[in-house]
Amino acid sequence: MTWVLRHREMALALLIAAMVVAVATYAPAFAAPASLLGVLNDTAFLFMLAVGQTMVLLTRGIDLSVAANLALTGMLVALVGQYGPDLPGPVYLVLAAVIGAGLGLVIGGLIGGLGIPPIVVSLGALAIYRGLIVVIGGGDQVNASEMGAGFQAFPKVALFGLTSPVWIAVAIALAAQVFLTRSRTGRSLYAVGGNPVAARYCGVSVERIEVLVYVLSGAIAGICGYLWVARYGVAYSEIALGYELTVIAACVIGGVSIGGGVGTVPGALLGALFLGVVVNALPTMQVSPFWQMAVAGAVILGAVVLNARAEAQSGKLILPEARRT
Amino acid sequence: MSTIPDRPPFRLSQLLLTWEVILCGLLVAVFVLNALATPWFLDVYNLADATYNFSEKAIIALPMALLILTREIDLSVGAMAALAALAVGMAAAAGLPVPVLVLVGLATGLACGMFNGLLVTQIGVPSIVITIGTMSLFRGVAQVTLGDQALTSFPPGFTTLGQSYLVKWPPLPLSFVLFLALAVAFTLFLHRTAAGRRLFAIGANPTAALFSGIDVARMRFWLFAASGLASGLAGTLLAARFGVVRPNAALGWELDVITMVIFGGVAIAGGAGSIPGVVLSVFVLGFATFGLALLNVSGIVITVLLGLLLIVSIAAPLVIRRLAGVRG
Amino acid sequence: MTPALSIRNVTKRFPGVTALDCVSFDLLPGTVTALVGENGAGKSTIVKILTGIYTPDDGQVLVEDAPARFASPKDAWGAGIAAIHQETVMFDELSVAENVFMGHMPGGRLIDRAAMVARTEALLTRIDADFGASVLLKNLSVAQKHMVEVARALSHKARVVIMDEPTAALSRHEIGELFTLVARLRAEGRAILFISHKFDEIFRISDRWVCLRDGKLAGQGLTAEVTEPELVRLMVGRPVDQVFPKRQISLGEVVLEVDGLSNATEFADLSFDLRRGEILGFYGLVGAGRSEAMQCLFGLTRPTRGTVRRDGRPLTIRKPADAIAAGFAYVPEDRQHQGAALSLGIRENTTLASLAAHVKGWFLSAGSERRETRMLGERLDVRAATWETAVGNLSGGNQQKVVIAKWLATRPRVVILDEPTKGIDVGSKAAVHDFIGELAEEGLAVILVTSELPEAMGLADRLLVMHEGRIVARFTRGDWSAEAIVAAATGAGDKAA
Repeated sequence: MTWVLRHREMALALLIAAMVVAVATYAPAFAAPASLLGVLNDTAFLFMLAVGQTMVLLTRGIDLSVAANLALTGMLVALVGQYGPDLPGPVYLVLAAVIGAGLGLVIGGLIGGLGIPPIVVSLGALAIYRGLIVVIGGGDQVNASEMGAGFQAFPKVALFGLTSPVWIAVAIALAAQVFLTRSRTGRSLYAVGGNPVAARYCGVSVERIEVLVYVLSGAIAGICGYLWVARYGVAYSEIALGYELTVIAACVIGGVSIGGGVGTVPGALLGALFLGVVVNALPTMQVSPFWQMAVAGAVILGAVVLNARAEAQSGKLILPEARRT
Repeated sequence: MSTIPDRPPFRLSQLLLTWEVILCGLLVAVFVLNALATPWFLDVYNLADATYNFSEKAIIALPMALLILTREIDLSVGAMAALAALAVGMAAAAGLPVPVLVLVGLATGLACGMFNGLLVTQIGVPSIVITIGTMSLFRGVAQVTLGDQALTSFPPGFTTLGQSYLVKWPPLPLSFVLFLALAVAFTLFLHRTAAGRRLFAIGANPTAALFSGIDVARMRFWLFAASGLASGLAGTLLAARFGVVRPNAALGWELDVITMVIFGGVAIAGGAGSIPGVVLSVFVLGFATFGLALLNVSGIVITVLLGLLLIVSIAAPLVIRRLAGVRG
Repeated sequence: MTPALSIRNVTKRFPGVTALDCVSFDLLPGTVTALVGENGAGKSTIVKILTGIYTPDDGQVLVEDAPARFASPKDAWGAGIAAIHQETVMFDELSVAENVFMGHMPGGRLIDRAAMVARTEALLTRIDADFGASVLLKNLSVAQKHMVEVARALSHKARVVIMDEPTAALSRHEIGELFTLVARLRAEGRAILFISHKFDEIFRISDRWVCLRDGKLAGQGLTAEVTEPELVRLMVGRPVDQVFPKRQISLGEVVLEVDGLSNATEFADLSFDLRRGEILGFYGLVGAGRSEAMQCLFGLTRPTRGTVRRDGRPLTIRKPADAIAAGFAYVPEDRQHQGAALSLGIRENTTLASLAAHVKGWFLSAGSERRETRMLGERLDVRAATWETAVGNLSGGNQQKVVIAKWLATRPRVVILDEPTKGIDVGSKAAVHDFIGELAEEGLAVILVTSELPEAMGLADRLLVMHEGRIVARFTRGDWSAEAIVAAATGAGDKAA
């Protein structure tokens, strides 16, 4: 059975490779190493957010506030950068993770602690967090000139052509993979999402797990917030507006189930990479930026339809002749 | 053989604790507080103008309530409204007469809704995922068609539809009247017809509904079509009200609409809720927003407050039940 | 002998009902104790208290004479109490090993997968399982899933094993294997609490018995010293005839002809007739394809071949609404998921398949609905607080009556009953059997799908036996034997264990 799963991820990886080849035949510059590295650099945020969202989706939850969390944390960290002393990048990274985790804790507390449906909480949090950006920032934005040097330099540090966000994404993905496959708490996420009643019966604390995943998702969103703001050199209230839906699309394309209990880190990464390639391929194919949303939408629908076809179950195999095939 | 009563005995306390009654209380509170805070709130013309801001979304909230009731959701309503507005704008630029413009808007919305319905019923993927995709697709088509332009050439007959009062006294804009009329129709449909009962059954237990002979797929399809049609109507009214259409029209409407429905007492898990509740929720949210705007509270703060209201309204009963359970 | 587990004066109350009232009994090591009682007698409440899901309001639970408090299921596992439920409480997408060890996986900071798989394989060998530790749970049959639950119980070194209706979905052969396992657990000195409605199993496997009625202890003792009528009397409080004498009904004309009905994977070449007033039994092992065939007949799935004729005229049935219009009714096997909408009331459930009959003008008439609900509810003797009570708040037997009422409201000509008395207490079961006879007497044609041989032989005029998707034997009343029927059901050549 694990073979079939890997089979699907294999298929997705091959599809991505085929897409790159197809685009390269039209615009050879796309397949150049520098261009491919650029795709990875661009997709780093989506990698991280998809991993975080996967953990939430595994427990039958959903976090529609990740983009708002990202923006709010980015703004807060930017303000610290603006008014505080100029500190090295990693300090802001840790600060952003803590703030993001705190914002996630609020959501997790409402969902796990009070039992409010996740979609309601994340819709409300979405509005509240976005609004707080304006309330706290006073409606102004923080510009590159107002951020410190150390603040901005960090996301541009490169190793083997890949900037630090990519390496941080790799670290997060590795940690998440170990967590989900080799730790007890990580495996219990699958239990909570697969059958919450049974999970409770086995002694798994469903509420604690629910709080945990939103804290983790929030911490990751926070980290992305700092990196985003520092990399693009501006912090304002409309950063990553609507991005939460792209994150969910990446997860779904990567085979993570909205109903919980099914999904892997490699799948989420591939789903994010798929979208990243599509989004980056369009400009190289001289497609006007206005086409981006339409193509993204079509691609999501296409991937989802294909996914569903692959998973379609036929009737039970009762007849002996049916079982033999 | 003991006779079993048809209904449990009437208890006033149970009536007072229904969500609809609580919403009524909240509505009264909104009016009282706002009237005390500012003299302009109770001005009839101001109140009438307030309805412009929520009527279009409220029209979409009606089929959305039915969708959420049956355990579905439609995140593409804003994009459908924008696409419909766009189609109307293009038809207006081509010089078509006003009745045709309205038809174009409705037809566009209906077609989008049917597209959603087909995908949801034939593919078997959760509607949240499908409508995320179609939301991007529809919005994307609007962007491709318009680029960064705006459509502005609407005939005056059309814009008066959106900007003047249908009834002179009391001043009632067309969009508000349409909303009220549709609310009555939806109430009768959901709570008094056989089809409405079937929708409740689908939301309560879709498998049992299927086994009872209910054509679940067909009903779902028509609900998504209705959502599209309502979005088309809303988009047409939007174009008529502003006289200008941009590709980011109706951006973020889906969240406001869903908030109206959930705050109206429709359970996100399906199977329970009422249209009168949604109507009251629309009024509470709409007039509270209006009052805050009159007090010069900025739009963004209002959004924050509405987010808080949504969460508190769902959390409060849970907290109360938990505290009561601990004591009991 | 020190009891492995003792319940002393345990009381549990819920709003409006006392589920358990001062109940006491012991479970001795190395014995199988049967817990009997009607639905609502308190059996599942006892199980939930022993597994840490509920806490008693009064009284004590003692583990080997030491008082124990279970704040959560984890505490119960820790005290050596394991439970195997009727519906397996497990994770379909995880492997057998992870299901067995979820909540107590071996290893240090990281899980020691090798140890987990090895330990699971050892447990599976011990119970003679025919599958491995790395198989995903969703690929196992119900019987195999029960074995995984047993493995899980053993992994916790359980001293007390509670089995709640474990045979409900098992074939005769699988039941035999389960009993071998139970005997092995008993020989190892464990105390087993065995909950069942089936008297043949109780008398076959248990050493002692405890009977509950309306939350109180109605009696206990040694199984060897009690008879079935005595047990039934203690359970119900009055003597009850389990199977009603077969009514003598003259059969009418042929009302249904099925010819060559086939599906790609589930059943093939189904051909049979059905007359008015006839009860046609469909017997077979679980998974023989009977429910699948009936669901296809009812329009829930499409056949690849075959014709169906009603009163001589061919029918095209593409969805359940077509079947209902043609006079079919299908009372499904799973009443909670397929039969009733638990959050809706009795009236709303009863009229759900026949709403068109209550429409006056454009709207539903509540008065008309209430009249129909009252009439059918009284005819079936439904017990409830009001007709608006949510069906989820009724006992299993009453829920089934509401589902039957829903189908009677459609005034059907052919009624298909799929395991109608599964998981129902003795009193309601007898009522349902009586009712089936009444339906036949009124001229309806009844198809009865059942896995209980006494029920089939007691009610049916003819019996069709299915095996692996085909009809392999046909019997007529009076010209059959239990051995022949079972032999056909298991594949003619594989004698029942």
